[in-house]
Amino acid sequence: MMSKNHLIQLRHFLDTFLPSLIAIIGFFVLCGVTLIIRGQSPWEFYQLILISGFSSIDDIGSILFNSTPLIFTGLAVAIGYKAGLFNIGCEGQLYVAGFAATWIGIHFDLPPFILIPFCLVAAMFFGGIWGAIPGILKARYGAHEVINTIMMNFIAFAIMSYLVTSVFQEPGQMEPQTAEIHNSAKLPKLAGLIPLLPQSNSLNASFLISGVVVLLLYILLKYTRWGYELRLVGNSREVAAYGGINPGRVTIWVMTLSGAIAGMAGVADVLGYHYRFVHSFSPGWGFTGIAVALMGRNHPFGVLAAAILFGFLSKVALDVELLLDIPHGLFIAGQGLLILGLVCMEGYTKIKNQ
Amino acid sequence: MIFQLIPSTLRMTTPLGYAALGGIYSERSGIINIALEGMMLIGAYGYVIGAQISGSEWIGLLFGVCFGIILALIHAVATITFHAEHIVTGLAINIFAIGVTEYLIPTSDRVPGLPEVKLPFIGVYSILVFIVPIIMILSHLFLYKTPWGLRLRAAGESTEALKTLSLSRARWQYFAVIVSGVLASLGGCFLSSNVHVFTKGITAGRGYVALAAVIFGNWRPLNGVAACLLFGFAATLGLENRWGIPDQLLKSIPHILTMVVLAGLVGTSKPPKALGRIIT
Repeated sequence: MMSKNHLIQLRHFLDTFLPSLIAIIGFFVLCGVTLIIRGQSPWEFYQLILISGFSSIDDIGSILFNSTPLIFTGLAVAIGYKAGLFNIGCEGQLYVAGFAATWIGIHFDLPPFILIPFCLVAAMFFGGIWGAIPGILKARYGAHEVINTIMMNFIAFAIMSYLVTSVFQEPGQMEPQTAEIHNSAKLPKLAGLIPLLPQSNSLNASFLISGVVVLLLYILLKYTRWGYELRLVGNSREVAAYGGINPGRVTIWVMTLSGAIAGMAGVADVLGYHYRFVHSFSPGWGFTGIAVALMGRNHPFGVLAAAILFGFLSKVALDVELLLDIPHGLFIAGQGLLILGLVCMEGYTKIKNQ
Repeated sequence: MIFQLIPSTLRMTTPLGYAALGGIYSERSGIINIALEGMMLIGAYGYVIGAQISGSEWIGLLFGVCFGIILALIHAVATITFHAEHIVTGLAINIFAIGVTEYLIPTSDRVPGLPEVKLPFIGVYSILVFIVPIIMILSHLFLYKTPWGLRLRAAGESTEALKTLSLSRARWQYFAVIVSGVLASLGGCFLSSNVHVFTKGITAGRGYVALAAVIFGNWRPLNGVAACLLFGFAATLGLENRWGIPDQLLKSIPHILTMVVLAGLVGTSKPPKALGRIIT
């Protein structure tokens, strides 16, 4: 028998995640409908989804690999959102951080257990700075963090594009990318650890790091004073200030932390996959992170689940494009509608409950 | 030297000008519009689709504007009727627009462009270039010299003001967002009609630069278009770069300037008071 307390908890859990469930079901139904309009069979599509996602350990490894950067960006957006801040700047933060990690990885040749943490710290430092600037501008001058993070995305992108096409371009190459990092800076693949996972699978240690970050954030939010202050500021800056908390200070450290976490998405790519800084390597992880955070209701474990779902979707999108000739755009458009549906449901229930 | 820069500056400024004017309407009524980028993109796409189907540039323009209105309606329904978070909605619309333009109907043909007018000394321009200053002046007159403009601005300054006059805030916001859809998509039409094709990423972040111009221009039509002119000039310098300055640096001038202005370090920029406020 379930106790009454458990029932209430279950009810709360359902209430929280029901919109996410509706949104994802709606997404797949809508995909089917547009396929019928295009004159293609939706059944083939649904079949392929099940086959492409869950037929082997290799598939699951690919899904987790896809989801790794999204876990970081999703967490970065979620922690900002909890404090009432919108970090739209993950894209810029992960580029800056990725470049810092690359620079360390190229210029230092140390044993892995020193070099890898060194890369991580450098990346988080620069990602953190890129997040802190909008935070400081908001705390000091009241400038809206959304506009500033968007602008800083463009600035980061411009700087990176300059660096990889001039000063740091790999010698003798036309491609806009840097030289390769040292072997000791590369994150190990998990293929050796997990039985049945083939060597070709790109799943690497960055996924484990993302798991650790999920846990740490959960503890931070739930059990520490900082988490309490953060949530209080997120609920109402005035009330928090009345309670003796300095909202400006919280704004700055939350944006810094958010930028540092977003930066880890860049690390995941540089140290875990490309082993160099490739120009515009992110296919919009920073923006998908917003969808991930919304879907996961800004809860660390919810974000983890949502990121895996989006990792699954991006794998499916690739297979569907290859095998059924359905353009990738379907999934991008669907993702837009999914966010739209979620945010409408959220807004509507908020107003109704008032 | 300066004469050589004028044509390119005007061509860079025009799409920004449309989108920025659109953004001003929406934001003056209290609705944050990050969806400008998506509206421009869908406008550029619609123009090519319409012109491709019919062979006429005017049908293209019609399609572009209609597509823009559809996106604007989605933004309006979500933010006004469902009280959704404006910023997330806008980003969702931008993502949606990218997907739709890649998915719906493939565009391949070279389509006719809009009629062009030749000016002495400074070149040949699409007629859309000349409409920007007209819309700018009309918008200024509308927003600041008519009772309707006053009501639209009241919607953005306070959630209660229109209610006390028993007027609907939502209705004015719907109107403003739709106008912003029309204008932003015209900016998109200009982009694709100029090059006669639709290409992926044709807007290249111009919607966000336009948003920056709205802020830089303090949410006013005349200042907003002036900001677009400045940003267009910066972009032109990036294109016609002969001084060895990295063009990426010149291209980020609008973004850096916006951050400086927004922080109040130079000049002031004050948003409408009830901008983005969701509670009715």
